[in-house]
Amino acid sequence: MLKEKDKIFTNLFGDEPFHLKNAQARGDWDNTKELIKKGREWIIDEMKKSELRGRGGAGFPTGLKWSFMPKDSKLTNYLVVNADESEPGTCKDRDMIRNEPHKLIEGCLLASFAMNAHTCYIYIRGEYFNEAVVLQKAIDEAYDAGLIGKNAAKSGWDFDIFLHRGAGAYICGEETALLESLEGKKGQPRLKPPFPANKGLYGSPTTVNNVETIAVVPTILRRGGEWFSSFGRPKNTGTKVFCISGHVNNPCNIEEEMSIPLRELIEKHAGGVTGGWDNLKAVIPGGSSVPLIPKSTCDTVLMDFDSLSAVKSGLGTAAVIVMDKSTDLVKAISKLSHFYKHESCGQCTPCREGTGWMWRMMEKIGNGHASSNDIDKLLDVTKQIEGHTICALGDAAAWPIQGLFRHFRDEIEEQLKKTKAA
Amino acid sequence: MSNQKNTFVFNKENEIRAKEILLKYPTDRRQSAIMPLLDLAQRQNENWLSRDIVEYVADYLEMPFIKAWEVVTFYSMYYTKYNGKYLVQVCGTTPCWLRGSDQVIKACKEVISPEPNTVSSDGLFSWMQVECLGACVNAPLVQINDDYYEDLTYDTTKNVLQSLIDGSPLSIGSQSGRKSSKAVS
Repeated sequence: MLKEKDKIFTNLFGDEPFHLKNAQARGDWDNTKELIKKGREWIIDEMKKSELRGRGGAGFPTGLKWSFMPKDSKLTNYLVVNADESEPGTCKDRDMIRNEPHKLIEGCLLASFAMNAHTCYIYIRGEYFNEAVVLQKAIDEAYDAGLIGKNAAKSGWDFDIFLHRGAGAYICGEETALLESLEGKKGQPRLKPPFPANKGLYGSPTTVNNVETIAVVPTILRRGGEWFSSFGRPKNTGTKVFCISGHVNNPCNIEEEMSIPLRELIEKHAGGVTGGWDNLKAVIPGGSSVPLIPKSTCDTVLMDFDSLSAVKSGLGTAAVIVMDKSTDLVKAISKLSHFYKHESCGQCTPCREGTGWMWRMMEKIGNGHASSNDIDKLLDVTKQIEGHTICALGDAAAWPIQGLFRHFRDEIEEQLKKTKAA
Repeated sequence: MSNQKNTFVFNKENEIRAKEILLKYPTDRRQSAIMPLLDLAQRQNENWLSRDIVEYVADYLEMPFIKAWEVVTFYSMYYTKYNGKYLVQVCGTTPCWLRGSDQVIKACKEVISPEPNTVSSDGLFSWMQVECLGACVNAPLVQINDDYYEDLTYDTTKNVLQSLIDGSPLSIGSQSGRKSSKAVS
């Protein structure tokens, strides 16, 4: 279990105010100038040493991503923070924004300096209105204290942060859709290449990072990359904020060590599965886009990138959705299919048409009016959507369905037979 | 509607806000301000946008109307009709559903209107089902205008709605008595 002294987000639950003076008392903004003085190379090197992998779902190594930014470009470099938290199950960034905004703001300065960016946009989902109000207040506090703005924190670096509110579109969490949205357009993902590091916001080099990725940067730089990488397993390092929702006694967010066993996470922090561990049916371990895993896998699996990918699922955003034995799994996944149908941007035919078709088929199966052939057809369609769209939303819509039938096909077919007989 | 003379303009306060918003973006990228400006306009107009208002905002940003209309229709938080003083948005995505969002919907049907997207007979509110609101460890929840009411049951949903009817809304956040997303122990 992660010790209190090793937690990065000591005010995750807002026990203390978010304000600058409280944040400073917790260690934020402590001699930020010295960190900047150590230079760009040092910062990126520490980030590489920390082995931090992006916390938005894809898990790309952060230090490496930052090193892709052109160093002597004549264009304006941008940092864009993805605060469009919308992956079902996920609500960790919300707590960081409303209770630890200064960690995020300080992280923005350090990351931007490392990537030669003088301007940062934070794109926050539109529904997080009160969170945006808090974040703007914190930004204003940082400006007033000279921590950002001209000669930010007396480092000699000029740095601006602007907050931009979205308006209710899951797809804007996809980085290039987010950039389109920030440019004032429909949020439809761009074809890659060119990648944002070469041609991003307004055609300029841009790095898009998740809130948690940026908010852990100041602590990593203060305590050292090696300190961060001492948690978890190699390539799966650090601390991580997990969101535990669904059928548990005490749903919560919690910062823990990466690679913690799933069972320990649920039992120590969320009060266990409702009705006890043996009442567990399945878990979606990383937000709605990753395939579910059955109880037998949950017994032993570790919560990290490699362990979950080895069981054909993924860590994603580390949003753990727990389903006990009372759950109608077809309905649970069908609701996710409806989500993807609703959130498809409509650009690529396989996703636009396929998400609706898959949802209707899932409903048909849920209603008991389907056959084994229908399941074959559905799985075939998921394969035709997967990998055939500009962005990963098509994959994200296909995977939960594939995961469901990978583990529960026999049980579902049995149910269909029973309905038919009745 | 399109034949009517466009009478909408930002009020003084919003005119100042709009100018401040434009400062966030490069001067040759005014279109970037479309989302915040539509939001401002919508707040000035009882939380909905008519075609005339969208035309006004498009002109304000020197962009074609159709590009502005694309934005209005793409994003779910712009409304092209009046939804009552309070718009109650019930999350029905899996994490909320697992914890009883059907009961929240039941309460909305009873108190507000049997059908979604229908303004209640007293004109006070309407409800609709929406996708994930991003507060899943405080499920189930509703968003009412700008505010989240969390950890709901059938009864507490009714209490929240009744408090709106009574004109003294309950405190926002968790309705089960816990603080933020911390586990109750």
